Amino acid sequence: MLAIFDYKAGNQTSVHRALEHLGIPNEITNDPDKLNNAQGIIFPGVGAAGQAMDELHSAGLDDVIKGLIWQKKPVLGICVGCQILLDYSEENDTKALKVIPGECRLFNPSWTDHENVPIRVPHMGWNQVELKSECELFAGIDPDADFYFVHSYYPAPSDEFIIGTTHYGIDFCSVHGRTGLWAVQFHPEKSGRPGLKLLKNFYAYCQEAADAE
Amino acid sequence: MLSKRVIPCLDVRNGRLTKGIKFEGNVDIGDPVETARKYYEEGADEIVFYDITASHEARGIFLDVVEKVASQIFIPFSVGGGINTIDDMRDVLVAGAEKVSVNSGAVKNPDIISEGAARFGSQCIVLGMDVKRVEKSETIPSGFEIVIHGGRKYMGMDAIEWAKTGEALGAGEICLNSIDADGTKEGYDLELTRLVAESVTIPVIASGGAGTPQHMVDAVTKGRATAALIASIVHYGEYTITDLKKTMAEAGVQTRSVW
Repeated sequence: MLAIFDYKAGNQTSVHRALEHLGIPNEITNDPDKLNNAQGIIFPGVGAAGQAMDELHSAGLDDVIKGLIWQKKPVLGICVGCQILLDYSEENDTKALKVIPGECRLFNPSWTDHENVPIRVPHMGWNQVELKSECELFAGIDPDADFYFVHSYYPAPSDEFIIGTTHYGIDFCSVHGRTGLWAVQFHPEKSGRPGLKLLKNFYAYCQEAADAE
Repeated sequence: MLSKRVIPCLDVRNGRLTKGIKFEGNVDIGDPVETARKYYEEGADEIVFYDITASHEARGIFLDVVEKVASQIFIPFSVGGGINTIDDMRDVLVAGAEKVSVNSGAVKNPDIISEGAARFGSQCIVLGMDVKRVEKSETIPSGFEIVIHGGRKYMGMDAIEWAKTGEALGAGEICLNSIDADGTKEGYDLELTRLVAESVTIPVIASGGAGTPQHMVDAVTKGRATAALIASIVHYGEYTITDLKKTMAEAGVQTRSVW
């Protein structure tokens, strides 16, 4: 069973629907026992980092998710859920969860694309991920596959946590983390078949990790 | 590299897919959920739904369509039509939409853009603009005026100024519809598209007038749009979305190729 971490700031229903479609048992919850008993946790997010941290903090859920991560519960952060795993976000000048060293920065509209035209912010639409290291999440996914991005701020973690990058004005980090704690800037739940495959891969990892315990 | 998006637009009235020309003479052309799924299978990059139902009672039917779509297609979609309050926004986002498009509601109350952006994030607030060509004047220096109520009510607002205002208030994207071109299949209004695209730094979706794949290429090259909205061109089976993307790719436009 996967738990979708409920902190009222996310795209949690979209993730839920994608998992239902895949036949992956799941529940949207913020009950610490249920989270603890889940094989893995999806940490969703859409919207603003400041709002997300406020929701987490006021419900006392920031410590809950951090505790689960320290216990090595498999976690997949998505979009804002990916960004606030870092120390800090420039969005709303937000102190974030400090699970992975780094910060989240605003795209600079003076950066240019391959045609030398200034990039538009937000980065909105389909773009590719270039893997810098092997990652179980991308097993069986065509390297040319595009994923759906929609964000104005991008993660900039310490180099050792960069798993994949995407080009938009600069090469920014679109996948970060370590085995069992992954964070993706794009929305797998809205990225067609490649995105669904990534969610399946995450579930497969969680099942194996739970069996190994 | 970021792909240019191909976005079919579905007008929904009383739970059914409908299409008109220049916002009039709407006819029933099918089931929106089935149609959305077909476009998803064909490689649509995103889908837009507009609730063109006037009555309050039919709102529930529309939200039901949104929920059904959300459980069957796994690409982003935005929802517009009748969005006047933060609660309206929340309803469609909870029903499964990725983005919400405000049009008349923002013209009447621009603060809804900033409030929506603060609550849900700029990236999910789309400013929908319906625009008509008029004579250039002091009030409308660009010669493009904002209209509401399906193109019937002129607002005395310059489209370029409104686009800039919308961006400043926190809209994350503009969906720019030319009412003169809507449903004509004679091509997008490229002058309008480029004027708006060069006045803002947020993405601009060209809308209204697509009749051939070349029109879509023109929208994202000459018009500087980041996406092309289409309706008639695919609703009547003239082209599939796969055909359109293939032609765009052959013309050198970056499109999403794996789905």
